[in-house]
Amino acid sequence: MEKIELTKALAQGQQMLAEVTHESGGVRASKCYQCGKCSAGCPVAFAMDKTPREIMRLLQLGLMEEALKSHTIWLCASCDTCSTRCPREVDIAKVMETLRIIAKKKGYVAEKKLDQFHDLFLKSVERNGRVYEMGLVLGRNILGMQPFKDVELSPAMLLKGKLALLPHTIKDNGEVKKIFANVRKRGGKV
Amino acid sequence: MKRVGVFICHCGSNIAGAVDCEKVAENAKSFPGVAFSTDYKYMCSEPGQELIKKAIKDHKLDRIVVASCSPRMHEPTFRRCLESGGLNAYLLEMANIREHCSWVHPDDKEKATWKATELVRMAVAKVLKNEPLQRSTIPITKRALVIGGGIAGIQAALDIANAGHIVDIVEKEPSIGGKMAQIDKTFPTLDCSACILTPKMVEAANHPNINLITYSEIENVEGYVGNFDVTIRKKARSVDMTLCTGCGTCMQKCPTKVPSEFEMLMTDRRAIYTPFPQAIPNKPVIDRKNCRYFTTGKCRVCEKICPTKAVDYTQEDELVTQRYGAIVVATGFDLFDHSVYGEYGYGKYKDVITGLHFERLINASGPTMGKIKRPSDGKVPKDVVFIKCVGSRDEAKGKAYCSKTCCMYTAKHATLVREKIKDSNVYVFYMDVRTPGKGYDEFYTRTTDQFGAKYIRGRVSKIYEKGDKLIVRGEDTLLGRPVEVEADMVVLATAMVAQPDAAKLAQMVGFSYDQDNFYTEAHPKLAPVETHTAGVFLAGACQGPKDIPESVAQASAAAAKACGLLSKEEMPTEPIVSCVNEAICAGCGMCVPVCPYKALDLKVIQERAHGKTITRKVATVNSGLCQGCGACTVACRSAALNLKHFTNEQILAEVDALCL
Amino acid sequence: MKYAYYPGCSLSSTGIEYDMSTRKVAKALGVELWEIPEWNCCGASSAHLTDHLLALALPARNLAIAEEQGLDMAIPCAACYVRTKATEVEVKSSEEMQKTISEVIERKYTGQSRARALLDVFVNDVGLDSINALVHKPLKGLKVVSYYGCLLVRPPKYGFDDPEDPQSMDKLVEALGATPVDWAFKTECCSGAHAIAKSEVGLPMIEKILAAAKESGADCIATACPLCMCNLDMRQGQAGSKFGRSYNLPVFYFTELMGIALGIKPEELGVNKHFVDASGIIKKLNEAEGRRETA
Ligand SMILES: Cc1cc2nc3c(=O)[nH]c(=O)nc-3n(C[C@H](O)[C@H](O)[C@H](O)COP(=O)(O)OP(=O)(O)OC[C@H]3O[C@@H](n4cnc5c(N)ncnc54)[C@H](O)[C@@H]3O)c2cc1C
Ligand code: SF4
Ligand code: SF4
Ligand code: SF4
Ligand code: SF4
Repeated sequence: MEKIELTKALAQGQQMLAEVTHESGGVRASKCYQCGKCSAGCPVAFAMDKTPREIMRLLQLGLMEEALKSHTIWLCASCDTCSTRCPREVDIAKVMETLRIIAKKKGYVAEKKLDQFHDLFLKSVERNGRVYEMGLVLGRNILGMQPFKDVELSPAMLLKGKLALLPHTIKDNGEVKKIFANVRKRGGKV
Repeated sequence: MKRVGVFICHCGSNIAGAVDCEKVAENAKSFPGVAFSTDYKYMCSEPGQELIKKAIKDHKLDRIVVASCSPRMHEPTFRRCLESGGLNAYLLEMANIREHCSWVHPDDKEKATWKATELVRMAVAKVLKNEPLQRSTIPITKRALVIGGGIAGIQAALDIANAGHIVDIVEKEPSIGGKMAQIDKTFPTLDCSACILTPKMVEAANHPNINLITYSEIENVEGYVGNFDVTIRKKARSVDMTLCTGCGTCMQKCPTKVPSEFEMLMTDRRAIYTPFPQAIPNKPVIDRKNCRYFTTGKCRVCEKICPTKAVDYTQEDELVTQRYGAIVVATGFDLFDHSVYGEYGYGKYKDVITGLHFERLINASGPTMGKIKRPSDGKVPKDVVFIKCVGSRDEAKGKAYCSKTCCMYTAKHATLVREKIKDSNVYVFYMDVRTPGKGYDEFYTRTTDQFGAKYIRGRVSKIYEKGDKLIVRGEDTLLGRPVEVEADMVVLATAMVAQPDAAKLAQMVGFSYDQDNFYTEAHPKLAPVETHTAGVFLAGACQGPKDIPESVAQASAAAAKACGLLSKEEMPTEPIVSCVNEAICAGCGMCVPVCPYKALDLKVIQERAHGKTITRKVATVNSGLCQGCGACTVACRSAALNLKHFTNEQILAEVDALCL
Repeated sequence: MKYAYYPGCSLSSTGIEYDMSTRKVAKALGVELWEIPEWNCCGASSAHLTDHLLALALPARNLAIAEEQGLDMAIPCAACYVRTKATEVEVKSSEEMQKTISEVIERKYTGQSRARALLDVFVNDVGLDSINALVHKPLKGLKVVSYYGCLLVRPPKYGFDDPEDPQSMDKLVEALGATPVDWAFKTECCSGAHAIAKSEVGLPMIEKILAAAKESGADCIATACPLCMCNLDMRQGQAGSKFGRSYNLPVFYFTELMGIALGIKPEELGVNKHFVDASGIIKKLNEAEGRRETA
């Protein structure tokens, strides 16, 4: 196993750690005492390459890149189980969220499919003001990704009146577009 | 002409590093009344004190100012120094130029030097107004009170009694013994708890100098060191202690069953009961809340059955007042209520128990006769999970501190399960294993090595029932992988917390407690068994989580302190007390409720005015009770109250020195 | 009782029966729902992973519209609820945030209008007694596990119910005459949107919940979230075939169960739109009802 150059890692990681704390509204990974309660309760841990606790540890030691490149931060389902139970009151879910945002800015996207899903989702919101689920299905196919598994479910959904063929749009969608524009003006990457 | 000597201490570099001490000494020479001024590296040292004494003689000094550290540190030193130099101790004034100056202004020598000079100026102004004061003495009542009859209380009482003093133990339960009586075996030697505790209980009961006052509580405390007047409520036992022989017939015949607190509600006791077979005193009490006669008016079975006619339903609570010279508080601890943990089932899973439940389950006289059976269905558990730090080291749901004993008792429990159930598997979820103590780490090593307990480093996130199993989810943080155990029983090492009534007792006796309601020692290193209140000492787990050896050691230490006090006939009192100028006291009584030590009262005096004798009320100070806090002096509207050594005149002299 | 109603995107498509039943039940209970005109998507499940500010701003527009009317918002979807609640809490917590958000949405929102979960509104504002008094067809004998999902009661500081062992839905189904069944998976995560984009992660999570529900002996699951519904109902077949099991566990929105108990026709509530056929349960309830009436 590759050894960690702690002196270097700590020197490089401090600034990034400060960024995570800032971006997450004050969540301090340094509070974590590595008990693992978050990871024990995490419903997605079975699919993760690093447990949530290990992500906290990477941050503590300044190994930011490794955290940003992990699948874990994308697989986190934002269920808040970890944050609810952490004895040190670390908002782990918020850290995951923050790392994902930073990772995206830096172009590290370990889980492309999940990322694209969120992109499509938001595109739909920006364009129509609301989400148009059939659009999500088609969009994924057009982008040439693995065919959407739910295609098999789609006819049934249509039949039950559960999938709309046309996008739901709100009339005065100018406002929502403006929200996106204003967020971008403030440096938001959306 | 008053002649003041000024002595400026460098305190090594503590003061001299930030203050130009020579300059301060030089400046002081010009202050009114100063006849001599100098500086020195360590004023408190032997040569430093000699310097002062010599100066007193050589320069005919009659009052002294020492500018150094806080008077909390060295005022007694310099007072003694003045006395051996032939001056009254109260003609000393200290200017604190360390805590109040050099330590807080380390970076600006010029300003710090100016400030030190001004502090000395004030001290000189005050010392010129100081009066010689005489200490008096108060007698000491040679009797000690121990509150709480657990192992700590018993040990403290035995030590004081063996030193020849009378001791009363007040215990709120029907028997002494405390938590140690509930414990089965004790780490790290695994000797039987009862076997080592009961001899001490018997010794205490039979000791000519010890009185056991069980089933009793403290109702009120007045007075001060050497003379505490304590009111004790002896709860009605409903059994005449002088007639009862402890035969126990009544307990067999009583028809009312009540879950036994001693057995952690896992089995029943009767309404007339002793908490456990080796109880001391071994004479029952009637639990009136549950007794059929007291709740319905019918029954009286025990009264009929008792061969000595000891049962007495008409007994009432009795209040007795006794005077004590010293008090040892040994009220012990309580266990954290784990029902705040929703993820562990909010306390509703029957087979999720605490360590103390477990102690009863393995005890030969416990509810299962010492066979480990789980509470829900009486099955012998095969897979047993222990979870440490439940409620400890958890700011979110419990306490921030470590409970100190649970690492060791969990290792003990793990060992005992492996020993008693041959085909069992033991899983201990832990965050750290904290085993400092003689033979402790060796004990833990044997638990894993010899007894094969599996230690898994990680906090458990969830427990839930699945069929008749308990699913325990954790992370093995050493491997970085989630783990799951299908357990038959889960034992939680719940935190040691303060007694629910800890704060109330502390307020009543008058000493302080911390944010967790554990009692505060006077100094965490140098006065670990004293409280801030003279004459009140601490022993055992009421001061913080502790195991038996530590509780016993602290109990003996507290006993030594108490004996030190009781061995004297009388003790000197501080003359810094409030006094009343009766001529101007209006007798309004405003000061009386203000005094936190109940030292003030109103009295009637007679005096002659315009040829007539009149009577009127004036305030009076009990100098034994007065602690010199000064609260009354500011409450008095006619300025009739003055605190000696801090008189209005003295304080104003300081203010004038600084401001005029 | 009047609330600004925020159906959210799912309730006009995959969660259409949640919308149908909500409107019917609210009417029966005398709760007036004023649908926010031209409401926009709250960004749930995606915006907060992409940009904090966007995630706060999207729901703020809806809140601002509700605030203009002086109304609190009633939100059926758990995901929409938690995102909207987050905005309310953030805006309330700092003036600076309030200013930023108002600038971004170009509307005024001060935190006056509160985000309320529909379940909370029914259980705590309308009250279990009033609901119970209106029950026509008690759900006698129906064993229900309440599935709150991970979002509805977390984080605890927003909560109207306990984060580990919530009770409000259990109490509600009890008030409807059904038997609530206790289980340990009330707030376990169903994987949310993962089931769409990453089914190899989503399906095992869904399977765990279904297995636990089956194990508990319940006849059906009650839920308060269209995403949970999608995962537990629509994907029940997928999850089953992946793990070689068949669960046959109908899933209801709690509002559907309320509607049935209040005597509203199941089709009007959208119960026929489920993937896992619920007609067996409806039939059994009707039979029991018939027996009671003839008896
Ligand atoms: C599960 C468990 C296992 C343990 N195993 C071990 C072990 O193997 N070895 C070991 O060294 N330590 C062990 N300990 C620790 C041990 O229990 C304590 O160190 C010890 O009991 C402390 O003694 P104590 O006298 O200070 O307090 P306690 O034992 O709590 O005694 C206090 C006494 O004061 C009484 N009291 C309380 N309040 C009042 C009041 N207001 N007025 C009058 N009386 C009052 C109580 O009724 C009680 O009798 C264990 C602890 C637990 C929880
Ligand atoms: S639960 Fe909290 S303290 Fe424990 S490992 Fe996770 S983040 Fe760290
Ligand atoms: S919020 Fe993310 S990391 Fe935390 S428990 Fe849920 S899925 Fe796991
Ligand atoms: S009260 Fe009477 S019966 Fe009961 S133990 Fe005492 S002597 Fe025996
Ligand atoms: S003694 Fe051990 S188990 Fe107990 S709180 Fe401390 S670390 Fe945890």
